[in-house]
Amino acid sequence: MITSPRHLLQIEGMHPPEIETMLDLAESYVLLNRSGKTQRDLLRGRTMINLFFEDSTRTRTSFELAGKRLGADVINMSVSTSSVNKGETLLDTAATLNAMNCDLLVVRHGQSGAPNLLAQKVDAAVINAGDGTHEHPTQALLDGLTIRRRKGRLEGLVIAICGDVLHSRVARSNIHLLTTMGSRVRVIGPPTLIPADAGRLGVEVFHHMKKGLEGADVVMMLRVQRERMSGAGGLVPSPREYFRFWGLDREKLAWAKDDAIVMHPGPMNRGVEIDSAVADDPVRSVIKEQVEMGVAVRMAVLDILARGNRRND
Amino acid sequence: MTDVLIINARLIDPASGLDAMGGLLVRDGRILDVGPALGRPDGVEVVDAGGAVLCPGLVDMRAELGEPGGEYRETIASAAQAAAAGGITTLAALPNSELAIDDPSLVRLLRARGEETGSLTILPYAAVTRGCAGKELAELGLLREAGAVAFTDGARAIGSAHMMRLALAYAAQWGARVVQHPEEPALAGSGVATQGELATRLGLPGIPAAAEAMMVWRDIRLARMTGGAVHFAHVSTAEALALIRAAKADGAAVTCDTAPPYFDLNETAIGDFRTYAKLSPPLRAEADRMAVAAGLADGTIDAVASDHQPRDADDKRLPFAQAAAGGTGLATLLAVTLVQVHGGGLPLMRALEMLTVAPARLLGCGAGTLARGAAADLCLFELEYGWRVEAGAMPGKAQNTPFDGRALEGRVIGTWHGGRRVFG
Repeated sequence: MITSPRHLLQIEGMHPPEIETMLDLAESYVLLNRSGKTQRDLLRGRTMINLFFEDSTRTRTSFELAGKRLGADVINMSVSTSSVNKGETLLDTAATLNAMNCDLLVVRHGQSGAPNLLAQKVDAAVINAGDGTHEHPTQALLDGLTIRRRKGRLEGLVIAICGDVLHSRVARSNIHLLTTMGSRVRVIGPPTLIPADAGRLGVEVFHHMKKGLEGADVVMMLRVQRERMSGAGGLVPSPREYFRFWGLDREKLAWAKDDAIVMHPGPMNRGVEIDSAVADDPVRSVIKEQVEMGVAVRMAVLDILARGNRRND
Repeated sequence: MTDVLIINARLIDPASGLDAMGGLLVRDGRILDVGPALGRPDGVEVVDAGGAVLCPGLVDMRAELGEPGGEYRETIASAAQAAAAGGITTLAALPNSELAIDDPSLVRLLRARGEETGSLTILPYAAVTRGCAGKELAELGLLREAGAVAFTDGARAIGSAHMMRLALAYAAQWGARVVQHPEEPALAGSGVATQGELATRLGLPGIPAAAEAMMVWRDIRLARMTGGAVHFAHVSTAEALALIRAAKADGAAVTCDTAPPYFDLNETAIGDFRTYAKLSPPLRAEADRMAVAAGLADGTIDAVASDHQPRDADDKRLPFAQAAAGGTGLATLLAVTLVQVHGGGLPLMRALEMLTVAPARLLGCGAGTLARGAAADLCLFELEYGWRVEAGAMPGKAQNTPFDGRALEGRVIGTWHGGRRVFG
């Protein structure tokens, strides 16, 4: 077993054995969860705080469930970012949390790098639950686990990540994780939603869905924010145009491999980036399975970080 | 449709470099044969060209139409009449009509309205931004699928560098050009004439000539950044042409056109506050006019377009600054370009190239050639026929020609569209 990391801030920089260890452990938690058993002694007496500066339902709930299944005392804190000066509040909050002897701090923040800043100021293990347009590491881990369970491996798979890559922390974390694990990653999207330097991240860039999806084993759709598709700040003209050229429907999915699976981190914009016929396809869509893997992966992450942060042991 | 055989013509086809006496045979609306010694099949209608030049029907890559929304200025039917008289068989229509062409259904409408004329193929441009207002990106993908040949906000510059960047990157996805009216809008302000001595004497607010070069520089830079292709319309200054020349030499995806007023007239045409010579961009100093003429000859300028802008008499019968800018250009496109051939040393082949196959290629259409199998869109003109432009007596409804009174040499005597004679 390798040395336990102190925080989980980003996938970039992680090595294959670290990722594999987390996925293997998560795998065992999948079985535990399905068996209906719990391991409530593992994090007994530990305090875990969900510190969310951005609205979230599924990620926060998933972390909360993971913490409770391992026996931690879980506290949810929602902090509005609009009312206060962000930088000052973040460090003030860090000082407050430190005084409470928190063990595990799960952070979501609208600014890229906010969890990194917090990690410098608190004694707790910090878990990034999504920061700005930077990373969302547990999402990539749960996506990696879902793919590995369905396809038996990550190495050598052709994985197409489609949509608003420019603003997606899910895309960045997945690009790092999947390229590290030897997958061939492609990104597909309108030229205005793909970062100019995307190719430098070790991926192939496509703008046409047909070319990008050909031979893909996995089709990973990204959520497109409504405000990107209209108004003065719009980067694509309209939802209907987006759906016509980049929305995943049966016709476009047919360009991928016959057994390609469809993923989406949720919440979905049906009829914009994904058609319901594909999203709800019981054979191709693994979107619900992703949610299940989310709890198992977060249990594994909490478990591993708690090992490295045992204050009293 | 009976077959047509045009004999005794000077055949000029810039697409192939052909320049020879001969004939051309049309069957079922297409060119069946072309060459020096054609047989005469039975039952054909024979037209003796009497040594006149027969070239592909002209392709005008920039014209405003009154329709939809400004029918009091000009209808598509009246524009088609003027186009036929000018030898134009294909016309790219700007989207900045009263009702902007920013919806796929309007693109289809314009194509259909062209077909209804029976004499003019209309290739619609679509708006870059909704309503050509510069604020929100239009549905370029859906517009392209509906048949838009390229994107432009017409007479309005895309002023925001951010919007131009988006448009270039996004349009490149469909292999379409973004056509820019190169004029830095904040610098142009409410100017109505080129800034300089003449504008100062007349007391008219000026637009610095540099407003064009600044926009050209910016957009060349954005085209490089995005991988998109930019086309500058009605380029009118030496400085802008120098930038385009250098960018082309560097391999940038940059093209441009100009319009006859910018190589045939200079700013003195607005003397005495002649509003028919009020154009956008404004007429320039003589040195710029000469630079534009040089750009035609040296290949910096890819195409010559009419830049036709129909205006009602009431749009023009106003104090100069309040009068609408824009001049008609369909009926005079060929003859004013020929001025450069007769007196300026421009080879006839090169002049016709810029009026036919070059704009056709920029628009991605197959027109502008005398190749066998091509649609029989033809223009027959007498190279040395002298005539005088007279506002009020020009074909079509709009009469606001900036060339009123100009003596010209070279006149269209016959136009065929899809093998059907539509003029002469």
